[in-house]
Amino acid sequence: MEHILQTASITKNFGDFRALDDVSISIEKGKIFGLLGPNGAGKTTLIRIITKIYAADSGKVFFNGKELTEDHVLKIGYLPEERGLYKKMKVGEQLIYLGRIKGMPLDHVKERLKYWFQKFDIMDWWNKKIDELSKGMQQKIQFIASVIHQPSLIILDEPFTGFDPINANIIKKEILQLKEDGATIIFSTHRMESVEELCDNIALINKSKKILDGAKQQIKEDHKENIFEIEHRGDLNGLNGFVHVLNTKTIHDDLYQTTLQSATQISHNDLLRLLIDKVEIMSFAEKLPSINDIFISRVGGIRE
Amino acid sequence: MIIKREYITRVRKKSFLIMSLLTPLLLALIMIVPLWLATRDAPAREILVSDKSGFFEGKLVGDGTVEYDFYDQPIEILKEIAFSTGKYGVLDIPDVDIDDPKGITLITEHSASIEVKMKIEDQLKRILEDHKLEISGIDREKLDNIKTSVYIGTSVINDKGQVQSTHTEVAYIIGYLGSFLIYILIFAYGVQTMRGVIEEKTSRIVEVIISSVKPYQLMAGKIIGIGAVGLTQFLIWAFLTFSIYSIAGLLLDFDQMQQMNQGGAMQNTAMNAADTEMIKSVMEKIDSINFGLIIGVFLFYFIAAYLFYGSLFAAIGSAVDTETDAQQFQLPVTLPLIFSIVVLAAILRDPNSSLAIWLSIIPFTSPAVMMMRLPFIANEISWDLYLSMGVLVLSIIVTTWVAAKIYRIGILSYGTKPSYKLLFKWIFAKN
Repeated sequence: MEHILQTASITKNFGDFRALDDVSISIEKGKIFGLLGPNGAGKTTLIRIITKIYAADSGKVFFNGKELTEDHVLKIGYLPEERGLYKKMKVGEQLIYLGRIKGMPLDHVKERLKYWFQKFDIMDWWNKKIDELSKGMQQKIQFIASVIHQPSLIILDEPFTGFDPINANIIKKEILQLKEDGATIIFSTHRMESVEELCDNIALINKSKKILDGAKQQIKEDHKENIFEIEHRGDLNGLNGFVHVLNTKTIHDDLYQTTLQSATQISHNDLLRLLIDKVEIMSFAEKLPSINDIFISRVGGIRE
Repeated sequence: MIIKREYITRVRKKSFLIMSLLTPLLLALIMIVPLWLATRDAPAREILVSDKSGFFEGKLVGDGTVEYDFYDQPIEILKEIAFSTGKYGVLDIPDVDIDDPKGITLITEHSASIEVKMKIEDQLKRILEDHKLEISGIDREKLDNIKTSVYIGTSVINDKGQVQSTHTEVAYIIGYLGSFLIYILIFAYGVQTMRGVIEEKTSRIVEVIISSVKPYQLMAGKIIGIGAVGLTQFLIWAFLTFSIYSIAGLLLDFDQMQQMNQGGAMQNTAMNAADTEMIKSVMEKIDSINFGLIIGVFLFYFIAAYLFYGSLFAAIGSAVDTETDAQQFQLPVTLPLIFSIVVLAAILRDPNSSLAIWLSIIPFTSPAVMMMRLPFIANEISWDLYLSMGVLVLSIIVTTWVAAKIYRIGILSYGTKPSYKLLFKWIFAKN
């Protein structure tokens, strides 16, 4: 497994406040990494350390296995949570400028801009000032600004805020396309539905500490509570002590939907066998916890 | 790249163009228009004179700007004639006592212009004076010879023992111009730097940019970019002012001006002797002034003072959220700048006093004060000029370092209104 970025025991204090406490994460190349955490957990601070805006008090950041330098930062595209562009500057000039300070030659910037402008069908925005654009339009420009230099690592801090569902979908598609093209994406958010959809790996930060990380699927497995959802005909009665019914709903006549929780040691097949004897099974599925559930249980749990 | 953006976006603004073109034009207009108005040929004002004393007839003669016609008719009739034929007015001279003329009136349809009034007064005065001189048996020529005017030339002995003439008035004007230009340019462009930083901060673009370049680079780029704009503007001003004056000099008929001088000379030949001597001395002095040195030093102080104050302004901009908050911090920075303009008068009184020397060494006041002193000491570049420059350069290093520290942290802190204590902490913060 190849890592594009690793942080090793990052600690950062602001005065007496410890913003990050011994945070180590590893980001797999070519995957979408979800950096999760409630507000004020330290996500933005960690991102700012990765982009070299802040220096860590202790700990190191490695980019492709080497200690992070200014040159590496040019390979990172960053969409900050607080969006901002020069209001009085024209869209085209602004993007050229932002591309140029990332070290791109002028021809290349123009070529990439053409690509993006055609993609978003916004050719006629070129000479408009940022001021004249709507909020959603500005967001699109900002998104282009963060990927214009074809970064190998893209950091998106809450990329969907401010977009209507249609535009959010366009951006989502672009994110997946960028991944397809080989970029690695760090995706910082506290909105779990997009994490569920997009992320391969996640890390959960709460109160300056990393409390959880790994592959999304694996984390779900780790947090599963052996809950199953079945649809069946006939009453489900006489189950043994290893399985109990949490909830039953009538769908239609004698068609029911039941949620069960089994003891850990029972395999899926054993459970199925047990059920087949009792009722006619129409469907059978294990219900894995959503990232949202895990987030709430872990973050909420610590709060208590 | 940053420098380029800062420079281009500002230079391309319409206001820059207007300011660059209009300021010298306005200055030139202020200087030239009165000259032009004075030399222009106004149509002769015809004035009907009713002279009951009978003394002035034949003596009061027109000179092209004012023409006189003497009439014996009563004043009421003259008035009617004057206003019906479009004459300028009627001069009513009652039977006056020559020693104490009272009651002379100029009656005009509209208020009489001060120029005409003074002209007539002057002429009447001379006629009466001539008359009195004649009675007393004094020749006018003799009297003019008696009138004396003294002009003291000033010169200094330089370290080679040579005597060099100086000209206090010229030095004064050049010094004042230099320090005022420095003051205005630094103020204008320093505040622009601060605004630029605040704009970047409030629009939050700063985070995007400093994820590409170091905060220090961004700050330096901004300061240098805006400084270049200031320099461009100054050069445009200098160039335009110079060319406008040259063109104006050609356009305005030189003979005409000389005539004017001669006209004045006729009236006051004695004064004129001193005038010519003074003008000669001024010309000599202007020739003797080391303009190369003054312009060179001016550019140095302009750039250095801008870097010094610009970085302080940038630091202020980074620490606050809005321009209103900035005022609190702006004051201690602008105060010495204003102070240096206020003390100019004192410097002028004695350009080599210890106060003047010290103020021209302290970096906060040195640019303006040194520009003021420079024409007085330009003949020999003294140790204090070098010291002043050296101190300023060192101070620039210190202030940019301090500014960079504040900037780095300030640019990303929102919401908190910083106190001086906090700023102090930022300066010594490690990261």
